[in-house]
Parts: sequence; structure tokens; C-alpha cells
Amino acid sequence: MQSQSTYNYTVVRQFAIMTVVWGIVGMLVGLIIAAQLIWPELNLTSWLSYGRLRPLHTNAVIFAFGGSALFATSYYVVQRTCHVRLFGDWLASFTFWGWQAVIVLAVVTLPLGMTSGKEYAELEWPIDVLITLVWVSYAVVFFGTIAKRKIPHIYVANWFFGAFIITVAVLHLVNSAAMPVTLTKSYSAYAGVQDAMVQWWYGHNAVGFFLTAGFLGMMYYFIPKQAERPIYSYRLSVVHFWALIFTYMWAGPHHLHYTALPDWAQSIGMIFSLVLLAPSWGGMINGIMTLSGAWYKLRTDPILKFLVVSLSFYGMSTFEGPMMSIKTVNALSHYTDWTIGHVHSGALGWVGMVTFGSLYYLIPRLYGRTEMYSMKLVTLHFWVATIGIVLYIAAMWIAGVMQGLMWRAVNPDGTLTYAFVESVKATYPYYVVRLLGGLLYFAGALIMGWNVYRTVVGQKAVDAPIPAPAAAHA
Amino acid sequence: MDINLARSLITALLFIIFIGIVLWAWSKGKRKDFEEAARLPLDDDLPEERTDRKGRGE
Repeated sequence: MQSQSTYNYTVVRQFAIMTVVWGIVGMLVGLIIAAQLIWPELNLTSWLSYGRLRPLHTNAVIFAFGGSALFATSYYVVQRTCHVRLFGDWLASFTFWGWQAVIVLAVVTLPLGMTSGKEYAELEWPIDVLITLVWVSYAVVFFGTIAKRKIPHIYVANWFFGAFIITVAVLHLVNSAAMPVTLTKSYSAYAGVQDAMVQWWYGHNAVGFFLTAGFLGMMYYFIPKQAERPIYSYRLSVVHFWALIFTYMWAGPHHLHYTALPDWAQSIGMIFSLVLLAPSWGGMINGIMTLSGAWYKLRTDPILKFLVVSLSFYGMSTFEGPMMSIKTVNALSHYTDWTIGHVHSGALGWVGMVTFGSLYYLIPRLYGRTEMYSMKLVTLHFWVATIGIVLYIAAMWIAGVMQGLMWRAVNPDGTLTYAFVESVKATYPYYVVRLLGGLLYFAGALIMGWNVYRTVVGQKAVDAPIPAPAAAHA
Repeated sequence: MDINLARSLITALLFIIFIGIVLWAWSKGKRKDFEEAARLPLDDDLPEERTDRKGRGE
């Protein structure tokens, strides 16, 4: 029974390495579309045009990069905190190859213009079916592991991962319901404002559960691990979990302010978005305060720098989000680049940085090493990425507020002060700064790619042994 | 019963459940369990693969 005495690190290794690969690919596509906004000549052919590459960028960074990171870390954390090998080795292997197949299909179909037109859910129905199969398998592997655990308590990180898996299954099934016409074309099961509401119920909860709950699971394991201290307050983490679960589902309508959606639904969306500030900041404070009494570690440990800065960006964007959901603020910010800045403060700052930090902890341990090939390069990655984010979001904030003010400016006689194209022209310099910020962030990902390559090349894959039951209660 | 009354009652019930969770989390009896649970990620290494210089804890 050799295989029963070690953890299943094979699937963790596969997903961890592909996280780095898809991160580089997804960010490169982001750079291309950022450049296309400055130089429209770069729309070389229809399948490399902005309209087709933009969904490829979002799918690649959210589902390929973020998704692989979530698979890798959830499989790692659930085994190690339950003291059992992953349930169903072959099923776990299917989730890896199935998920990679989904990504490759996205890379092929999106540039060809095959899309259902739903933001962050563009993939056509046959791919949706494959996603469903992979996701159900993921749930079976994850909850199967929980079911056979040797530790009575289910650690809080697993609660977050579990909520993320269940919720994404529900969101995907409901929002992707469609009537197929051909193999590559389908129409949504919903119409009109219902379609919009279902879409943004999905869209915002994809943010809330895919990009938040899942990554909070990461945070609750890797911050205590790297800081070598237990989480600041475990009871706060329990309340953090349930508060997030009870409120996130209702925030979606803030994407539809001043549309045909009934006013009461818009107001509910706004109020629940404001309420969300409390659990979000509770979780952020819980993570950061874990370092209390050990702040000196931040000076020397670049992995902790990544993790703590990710929480700072989480705090910033979860303050900014509720503010932007207030209808009067939204009247200024909606449809401007402020939204793009907000999203990237969360995506680059929170999701990206917490992933980098966790992978820098994880990858050497999957290959029998205690740390990365070069910790200097980890530090360099940290600074390059941080400066990149600051340039990116500052440029988009300024551009967004400027656009909002220009669009609403009216002359004394009631006519608009600016034509739309004047706001486009005024945005050029900020697009250049944004590209520069993105370039820095991408350079950081390349540094990571090199560092990971040097860490794993020639190394033997190592599967850690499972502690004996007696040791579990030590 | 009016469907909207039922909806309101469910919302109120969920809120009461949430308050219950908060009280439960801060109850004295759970303190020791939670302190143990918080150490789960730290105690999952075997001695030979523990890499931290000073061992675990402070």
C-alpha cells in the first residue's frame, strides 16, 4: 500500500506548473489588447481583433491562471489538513486534463468568434458541458477527501474552498442554460432584463466565490504557514465565512444601476454591496493581524510580502467596490475605465499576488526543496509587480473619473460639452501608462516562470508522507 | 400565507441564524476547540520535513 502512505502531489504539481504557464499566456493577451487600445492598427486580422481577444484574456487569467491555482492549492490544502490522500486519484487526474482541454478549446473558439456573448461565460454550450463534467468531478474529489478525513475538525480554508466549488457549480448551471442551435451556436434560456439579471448574478458571484472565497481559502492556509503562526482569530474566520456566504449572493444588481432592472432590485444590490464591506474587511484584518508580533518577518521574507500586500489590495478593492455600488457614485464610474482599474486592483493585487505568494511556498515543496531556486528573484518579482499594479490602477482611476466627468458635462444650453471621441483622445496618455504597468506585471510573471523552471528542472518530484494518526493529535 | 410574508420570514430567520453563529463562535466552550483548529495547518508537517529554522511557534 505504498500509494496510500503519501499525499497525491502529482495533480497538485500539474496544476501548479500550469498556473504559471497560463498566467504568462493570459497576461500576454492582456498586454496585446492594452496595446490595441493605443494603436488600433494592431487589430491585424479578425481573429486577433480586440473584441475576440478581450474575452480570451479574461477567460485565460480568471479560469486558466486563477482556476489552475485554485485546483492546485485546494487539492494540497484539503489533503494536508485532513491527513488523508486525495479521494479518487484517476478522477483528480481527469479534472486536470479536462480543465486543460476546456482552456485549449477556449483558446481556439474565442478567436474564431464563437461566443455566447455572456461576460466571463462566453464559451459555447459543448464546452459548458465539459466544464460541468470537470466541476462535478472536482466536487466529488474534494468532498470525497473531506468525507474520509482523519482530523475531526474541517479547517476553515476547506470551508472556503468547498463554498467556492458548490457555488460555482450552481452559477455555471443556471447562467449557461441555453438552447443549442448548432454545435457552435446557442441562445440563452433567458430574455431581456431577466437575462441581464441572471448574467450579473453569475458575474458578480464569479467574483465573490471564484475570485474571493477560493483565494481566501488559500489565504487561510498559506499565511499561517509562511508566518509560522496560527490565524489571528479563528472565531473571526468562522464569522467571516458565514457573513460572506449570507451576503455575496445579493450584490449582483449593482452591475445594472440605471438600467431596465426594477429600482428596488438595484437598491437591494447596492445595500448588500455596502454590507459586504464588513466581512471583507474582517477577513483582511484577520489575515494581516496574523503577523502581529512577527512584523519583522515582512522585511526579509518576500513570500510574506506577496501575501500581505495581496491582502492590502483586497482591502482596497473591497472598500472601492461598495463605494462604486452606491448609485450616485456609479452614475459617474459606470462604463468608464474606473471599473477596469477596480477590477485590476482586485485581480492583479489580490488574486495575482496571493497566488504568487502561495506558489512560491508550494512549488519547492512539491519537488523536495525548502525554497525557490532564487529568493532574490522572488523579491525582484514582488517589486516589479507591485510597481506595475500601482501604475495600472492609478492610470485607470484618473482616466475613469476624467471620462465620467467629460461625459456628463453640459453647456448652459443643455448640449453636451464633449463629443465621445474627445474623451477617447484624452484617455490616450493613461492607456500608455496602463500598458507600462501591465508590462511590468508581465515581466514579473516571466521572472517567476524562469525561477520556477530553475527550481524544478532536474529535481525529483516528491510526495510527502501522510502523518500517522497518533501524530495527528499531538 | 402571502408569499411575500414567507419571503420576509425566511430573510429574518437567516438573520437570526447568523446572529446565532456569531454567539456560538464567541461562546466560551468553543475557545479551546478553535485554538486547536487554528494550529491545524502548522501541525501538518512531519518532523523531518519541517523546514522552519526555529521549529514551530514563537
